[in-house]
Amino acid sequence: MTYIAKPKLRHPRLATNKFGFTHRDYEGAVSTLCAGCGHDSISAAIIQSCFELNLPPHRIAKLSGIGCSSKTPTYFLGSSHGFNSVHGRMPSVLTGANLANRDLIYLGISGDGDSASIGLGQFAHSVRRGVNMVYVVENNGVYGLTKGQFSATSDRGSKSKKGAANLDAAVDMVMLAMELGATYVARGFSGDKSQLVPLIKGAIVHRGAAFIDCISPCIAFNNHSGSTKGFDYVREHNEAVNRLDVMLPREPITAEYEPGEVEEVAQHDGSVLRLRKLAEEYGVHDRIAAMNYLQNSKAAGEIVTGVLHVDPEADDLHDNLNTLNAPFNKLTEKELCPGSAALEKFNASRR
Amino acid sequence: MPQPKVNDFVIKFANVNGSGSASANQLFAKSILRMGVPVSPRNIFPSNIHGLPTWYEVRVSEAGYLGARGGVDLMVAMNPQTWDRDVLGIEPGGYLLYDSTKSLPPSKFREDINVIGVPLTGIGTREYSDPRQRQLFRNIIYIGALSALLAIDMAEIEKLIREQFSGKDSLIAPNIQALHLGHAYATENFECPIDLQVRRGDGVGDKIFIEGNEAAALGCVYGGATVAAWYPITPSSSLAEAFELHCRNYRSDRKTGKNRFAVIQAEDELASIGMVIGAGWNGARAFTCTSGPGISLMQEFIGLAYFAEIPAVIFDVQRGGPSTGMPTRTQQSDVLSCAYASHGDTKHVLLFPEDPHECFEFASSAFDFAERLQTPVFVLSDLDIAMNDRLCEPFVWDDSRAYDRGKLVSHDELEAGAEFGRYLDVDGDGVAYRTYPGTHPTRGSFFTRGTSKDRYARYSEAGPDYQDNMQRLLRSRPRDPSCQNRWFRKHASRRNWG
Repeated sequence: MTYIAKPKLRHPRLATNKFGFTHRDYEGAVSTLCAGCGHDSISAAIIQSCFELNLPPHRIAKLSGIGCSSKTPTYFLGSSHGFNSVHGRMPSVLTGANLANRDLIYLGISGDGDSASIGLGQFAHSVRRGVNMVYVVENNGVYGLTKGQFSATSDRGSKSKKGAANLDAAVDMVMLAMELGATYVARGFSGDKSQLVPLIKGAIVHRGAAFIDCISPCIAFNNHSGSTKGFDYVREHNEAVNRLDVMLPREPITAEYEPGEVEEVAQHDGSVLRLRKLAEEYGVHDRIAAMNYLQNSKAAGEIVTGVLHVDPEADDLHDNLNTLNAPFNKLTEKELCPGSAALEKFNASRR
Repeated sequence: MPQPKVNDFVIKFANVNGSGSASANQLFAKSILRMGVPVSPRNIFPSNIHGLPTWYEVRVSEAGYLGARGGVDLMVAMNPQTWDRDVLGIEPGGYLLYDSTKSLPPSKFREDINVIGVPLTGIGTREYSDPRQRQLFRNIIYIGALSALLAIDMAEIEKLIREQFSGKDSLIAPNIQALHLGHAYATENFECPIDLQVRRGDGVGDKIFIEGNEAAALGCVYGGATVAAWYPITPSSSLAEAFELHCRNYRSDRKTGKNRFAVIQAEDELASIGMVIGAGWNGARAFTCTSGPGISLMQEFIGLAYFAEIPAVIFDVQRGGPSTGMPTRTQQSDVLSCAYASHGDTKHVLLFPEDPHECFEFASSAFDFAERLQTPVFVLSDLDIAMNDRLCEPFVWDDSRAYDRGKLVSHDELEAGAEFGRYLDVDGDGVAYRTYPGTHPTRGSFFTRGTSKDRYARYSEAGPDYQDNMQRLLRSRPRDPSCQNRWFRKHASRRNWG
C-alpha cells in the first residue's frame, strides 16, 4: 500500500467558510494509522481549526519528524506544502523555513519519541528562540512504529502491554516548554475534540512559540490498564483548568459569561483568546504560579489540560533578529547584492 | 661577506598566545606589501586563548611564492617556553632577535647565528606605566627595530598605524612613538640594514590581502544568501562572524534599520544544517559553515537534502582529523566524507577554492549551483586558506549577473494549468521543477520526504519508483570534469575552471 487519495466528489450542500473552502479542502489522504488511533482525532481537530479560522490552505506549511505522529501531515491539509524531515529534527527545519518566509503559518507535528527523546535538544532550542510556530506533540508514551517500546514521556511505574514496568522518570514537555519561555502552552486530549480545536486555533493565532502537548492514546500498544496514557486513564484523571474560545478579529462576541470568570488575551492579528476559568486559582499569565500549580497537580496524579500559559506580550524570532517584514524568498539581486562599486571599495580597503 | 638576501627570506615570530602580538605582526607583513613586495604569512596557533605558544611566520617572496618554504632566516624569539627549539630552527648564518633586558647564559645561544638583543621590556618599562601598554607596545617596539634592521620604510608603517587607528586617534601617537623607540635603538646599536633586506618592488599591483573565511563570507553576501545557521568550530567560525559583520554593513535597511539577513548560532551542527535545509526548501539562499566534526554530524541531514532535492550550501573549512584531531592545524581531511556524505548512494558537488579570491568567487556561485541542481553544494577550503591573510587577485562582480534560482513553477504558470509533479523529469536532464510553499491556493503543493517516493512526491516503496528516482538523481549530477550536465558545463567553463 503506498498512497490513498480520497475521491474528489463532495456533497453539494457541504458548508463553506468565509473564503469558500469546504471542510474537505483541508483534508489530506486517507490515514494509514491504526483504526481508533488518537492521532487521527488530532488530524481531524487540525482540519476543523483551519476551516473555522478561514485559513487559505496554501498559507500553511506543515512539518514533521519521524514516527506515527510525524506521518499524520499526509492526512490533513492536502493543499499545503509538507515536509516529513528526519527523526527529531523538525524544529530546525521549521526554524529555517520560518526564516525564509515569515508570512506562512508553520505547523510542526511531532511525537513523544521525536521530541522528548531524539529531538529534545531541537525542541528546547526552537522554543527558547521564540520561533513563531504551532508545535504539537502527539503524546502517547510509546514507540508505535517500532512496536511498543517505552518513550521518554512514559510515567515511571507505568506498565507496557506485556507487563514490564517503566523504571525511568518521565519528561514533562509542558513543564519544559514553560521553563524555556514558550509564550503559549496548552495540553489537550485527543479524546476531547471540543477542547482541542480551540487550543489549536489559539496556538495558530498566537504569534510566538506555541506548544501543545496532546495526550493521544496508542490503541495498539498503550491503551491497557497499567498505562497512564490510555483513554480510560486520561479520562479519569483529566482536570481542565479553563475553556478557550478564540474570537476572530471583528467577530461579534456572542457567548455570555459571568463577569470575573473570563480572561481575555488579545493577539497580534486582532484575535482574542477568551478563557473561561474552571479552576478558580489558575491564572494563565503568571508563569511561575502556573508551574507551581502544575507540579502540585502532577504530584496528585492529575493530568491538567487547557491553556496553561499565555504571554500577552509575546514576541518572536523575527522580532529578535529585527528582520525585514517581507519574506526573504522574495528578495532579488537589487536588495541582496551590494554591487561592483561597493566591491571595488572593499578591495581598496584590503591593499 | 655573503650577499644580502633581498626580498626573499623567512622571518618567524615566536609569541605567547593572547599577548597582543597578532596585530603587530600583521602590521609588519602589510608594511612589506606596501613596499610592493609579496608576503605570505601563516598563523601557527594552539587551541588556546591565553598562555600557550603561537607563531607567525612571514615568507617574503618577490616571486610571489605562497607555500611554507621551511627554515627561518630571522627569528623574533619572544617566548621563553619555546626558546630552545626556536633558536635551533634558525638557518646557519641567520639572525636571532630577542628581548635582552635580562641577560641569558651563552649556552642559550648558537655560535653560527647573528644575535640581536633589544631590551624590549626595559624600554617598555621605562616609557610606559600601564602594564597592558608595556606588553602591547613591546610588540610595536620590535616592529620598529625590524624596520631599521630590514630597511622597511618607516613612513609606510606610520601610514598603516594611522589607517588602523582611524577613529581611535588617541592611539596613533603612542604607537608611532613606540615604533620610533625600537627604530632608534636598532639604528644606534647595530649596523643597519642587516643582510636581510626589503627593497621596493612591483610584485603586488592591485592585489588584495585577505583571509579566505572573510572572502567566502563576502561571497555569500554577493551571492544572495539571507540565512546562515552555524555552530562555533575552528577554523570555520570566523566565516559566519564575518558574514554577519558584512551583512550589518551591506544588508541593513538605511531607513528602517530592518535586516535583510538572519544569522542563527544554532545549538549544534545538526540544527545548523537543518535550518539551512528548511530555508532552502522555502526558497531562501542559505548556508552553514563547519569543519570535520561538524560534517560528521550533518551526514543524515545531507542525505535528506540530496534525496529530497533541496538546495543547501555547506562550507567545510578543513582541519586535521579524525575526531577532534588538530583543531588549529590545516589538512584536506574531508574530501571523501563530503563527496559521499550520508548513508546510501549519494554523490555530491564539491568546489575547491585555491585562495581567497576563489573563496569569494565559489561562495557567490555555490548558491547558483545549489538552486540549479537542487542539491547540497560543498565549498571545501582549509585552515591554511581560511585563517591566513593571502595575497590574491581583487574580487570582481559583474552588475549584470543575475542569480540562477533554478527550475521553479510560478503561481501564474500553475494558474494557467501547468502540469506539476515535483519529481517529473520534464527537461530530461534529471532536475525537476519545484514550487515554493504558499505559491498557489489549490495547485502545486507537494509533500517533501526522506522516504522513497514516486514522481508526484507520493510515498512509494515500489521498486520501479525507487529505481526511477535514483537514476534521475544520477542523471542530474555533473559526473566528471567533462560535466555531462549541459548547464553545469556551460557555467563551469564560463568561470574558467579549466
